[in-house]
Amino acid sequence: MTALAVSGLAKRYGRVDALRGVDLEVGEGELVGLLGPNGAGKSTLVKIACGLVRPTAGAATVCGAPAGSRDALRSLGYLAELFRFPGWYSADEVLLLHQRLSGSTGGASERTRLLELVALRDARDRRVEAMSKGMQQRLGIAQALVGEPRLLLLDEPTSALDPVGRRTVRELLESLRGRGISVLLNSHLLSEVELVCDRVTILLDGAVVAAGTPAELAQARGVEIETDEGTRVYEDARREDAPRLVEELVAAGRKIYGVSVRTSTLEEVYLDAVGGETS
Amino acid sequence: MTAIWTIVRYGLEEALRRKVFAVVLLLTLGFLGLFWLGNHYAFKDLSGVQPPAGIDARTFAGSFIFGLAMFATLFLGVVLAIFLTIGAVRGDAERGLLQPLVVRPVGRSSLLVARFLGTVGVCVPYVLAVYFASMGITGSAGHWWPDRIVTPGLELAAAVALVAALSLLGSVFLTATANGIAIFMVFGAGLVAGLLGTIGHALSSHTLERAAKIAAYVIPVEALYQDALGQITADTRGVTRFVLELGPFGGAYIGGTAVRLWAVAYLGIVAAVALTAFARRDL
Repeated sequence: MTALAVSGLAKRYGRVDALRGVDLEVGEGELVGLLGPNGAGKSTLVKIACGLVRPTAGAATVCGAPAGSRDALRSLGYLAELFRFPGWYSADEVLLLHQRLSGSTGGASERTRLLELVALRDARDRRVEAMSKGMQQRLGIAQALVGEPRLLLLDEPTSALDPVGRRTVRELLESLRGRGISVLLNSHLLSEVELVCDRVTILLDGAVVAAGTPAELAQARGVEIETDEGTRVYEDARREDAPRLVEELVAAGRKIYGVSVRTSTLEEVYLDAVGGETS
Repeated sequence: MTAIWTIVRYGLEEALRRKVFAVVLLLTLGFLGLFWLGNHYAFKDLSGVQPPAGIDARTFAGSFIFGLAMFATLFLGVVLAIFLTIGAVRGDAERGLLQPLVVRPVGRSSLLVARFLGTVGVCVPYVLAVYFASMGITGSAGHWWPDRIVTPGLELAAAVALVAALSLLGSVFLTATANGIAIFMVFGAGLVAGLLGTIGHALSSHTLERAAKIAAYVIPVEALYQDALGQITADTRGVTRFVLELGPFGGAYIGGTAVRLWAVAYLGIVAAVALTAFARRDL
């Protein structure tokens, strides 16, 4: 079953079109990255999926249930871009609160497991107000995982994390995928999305401007051949041109030390897609 | 039910941490102390007072002073209700506290109902406690007891519950500060309507009295307060009654069952609007 299905989704705030007919699917166990500059409609899409915002047109379903319905909410975990937990709660109490609200029967063992997952086991009894921003963000991710949701909606989950924290989250996302949990990851960190996501969707001005796997989105950017005379770059060449180019160079008496087919990085794909819009 | 109880507890813990209860408790203790002092001096020399003909000095002093206490009780209850609810929706949403709760399979209506129940669960016992403490102070100092003991207290508690409902409704649309100001202004408007009614009564101006009555029904918090004031001297007649109807901070008029039924209907309307608006609100 599709974890998240969005079709023809539109949202208008007054005179501003935040979303203009977006189609998107997140399959079971799939990790999909959502990219786009500020104001592209990423957070609006995520908020519609978890029922915080009502769409103007179109439909969104979570595990087959209409977005925002109780069945849909039972199936998802959500980490908002801007969130806060009551400062006087300990990490354990935050998770307990969400266990009660989600009807989770995981008890103390679930809380312990989740705190271990986000490397907060030692901070179990620490109050939220005494935690760093990064710790709060990791606690937010643990909160989103309460009740073993089938779909995880993460809105900028690593924005406040240091490199070690980001790596922890990346590893966590990979382990979730291994357990069949679907993830929609809204992030500005292109390298991170490129590393973990199965597919990427790029939004601009409320519409999808590019979508596919990172490999599908990557475009050929020439062939680079390292010879005894130095590195030669054939910018218009494609992967299939490489053998011919090597043959020609060898025939011309050159020694070949290495051949690489250059493809665009996700960052280059992104910049091409958004046309220089600032993030 | 577990989810509703969880939200009730969550709201009360929040109030506890923000020291709302501590502030209200201090204000209450200050008020009761001063009220005891006022009663002590008011009744100390009552036997030496020569009131105008037809006025019973003890009834007048007791009901007037206790009427003041009822206003203070209502005011303190309103303060508590407002501070427990002003930021329940938009305020909490702007601080990022609400979204993690709303995405749980609890239902928005349950969230709002839980916040209301939590507020009422605190405010009603509080109002009744202050009401009966004030009555005890006046009764022991002045040997005067109201004609109706329980009904006025329940009406004050109901008025505070209405304020809580209005504040929750306001919190769907307004920021916490704007909502607080708006609800205090609504409460103040009711008070002004009561005072206008008193002036109209004294001047025998039926137009002014009618306008004040309509205003009191538009904001039934005031109508309930007036009825509660009226109930404490329900069996008093003659000149004393006429003077008491000019009561402190608004007239003492018996509205009876109609007021109570209207208050219930009003609560239902406010609840329906609040639940519908919250269900449709983007967060």
